[in-house]
Amino acid sequence: MTRHRQAIAFLSLAGLFVALYLWLYKAGVIGSLACGTDGCEVVQTSRYAVFLGLPVALHGVVGYALLLAVSLVGLQPRWLVRPGPTLALVALATVGMLFTAYLNYLAVFRIGALCRWCVASAVIITAIWVVALHAWKREQGAGSSS
Amino acid sequence: MKRFYLALALAAVAGGGWLIYQAARPPAAGPTGAVVPLPASDGFAGFTMGSDSAPVEIVEYADFECPACAQFATVQMPTVREQLVATGRVRWRFRDFPLPNHAFARYASHAAHCAGEQDRFWEMHDQLFHNHSWAQTGRDPSRLFRELARSVGIDLDRYDACMKSARHAGRIEASKQEGDARGVNGTPTFFVNGRLLTTRSWGSDVFKSVVDSITSRGR
Repeated sequence: MTRHRQAIAFLSLAGLFVALYLWLYKAGVIGSLACGTDGCEVVQTSRYAVFLGLPVALHGVVGYALLLAVSLVGLQPRWLVRPGPTLALVALATVGMLFTAYLNYLAVFRIGALCRWCVASAVIITAIWVVALHAWKREQGAGSSS
Repeated sequence: MKRFYLALALAAVAGGGWLIYQAARPPAAGPTGAVVPLPASDGFAGFTMGSDSAPVEIVEYADFECPACAQFATVQMPTVREQLVATGRVRWRFRDFPLPNHAFARYASHAAHCAGEQDRFWEMHDQLFHNHSWAQTGRDPSRLFRELARSVGIDLDRYDACMKSARHAGRIEASKQEGDARGVNGTPTFFVNGRLLTTRSWGSDVFKSVVDSITSRGR
């Protein structure tokens, strides 16, 4: 359980930096994106880069920050053996993964450009989801066998 | 557990440092705000669309960074093209009028001219106006323009060489000076068969009625 939450903490931190990078670009703090292709700027300046009035990247910042916070809380002694944090991680990662999948769908099929940082975020959130789900299944197995 | 927190802290510091480096990094090679105007012009009279024998010529002075120009290009122009240009009634001529307060207007004009070298001026014109969010960010749009150029099938090696040479800067400046001489003081400004269209409403129906009135007089 500890290992899973530690892994999720690292992955969330990586995702947080990716989302921060894209958000700082959107906010004008970073001048240009190191993308390899130019797809990142096309995606980030498109009308789909705003969701519910806020930059999509800011949603990512909040989402990864929550995942990081929950994973760190889950590593505290009083929460270590409780399933609550893992369940919260599964729920958050599921929402994040679906949202990221939708955004990448928009990028490819509506905007016609591929943002590598968005793909990186998709890989990270998928990895978090897989680890969280694996942890949850193991906890369920441990709970039923005890 | 201590090792975990130490590793996480190190990762956080490394990530934070990387972000600070990215924020401090100068923008990628691209425009410094404007293409330097060259004094000479080759007599180029603008890109045209429509029949050479059309009875009406409409000259548009526009700035690619101007929101009103973008609105006209995206909302009204499709109807104008369909009803007036495609039917052979109007020849449309585009002239650059980069406003001095628009940092990337000349650069955008130059990108369109470089596209024009490959017979893609109007395609690039449409891309620049349809993806107009670049004009609101204030950020270096060079990479975006290059991507837009690619999306309309432009040979990027030739495009890059053209942009680097700034060889159309003279044309753009000449167009601006021509507009100044004709009394253009904002964008978009239209001349219909040489006469200034004084209305500030640029609906496609306005152009249609103006063209109707000219062509009916000619009958």
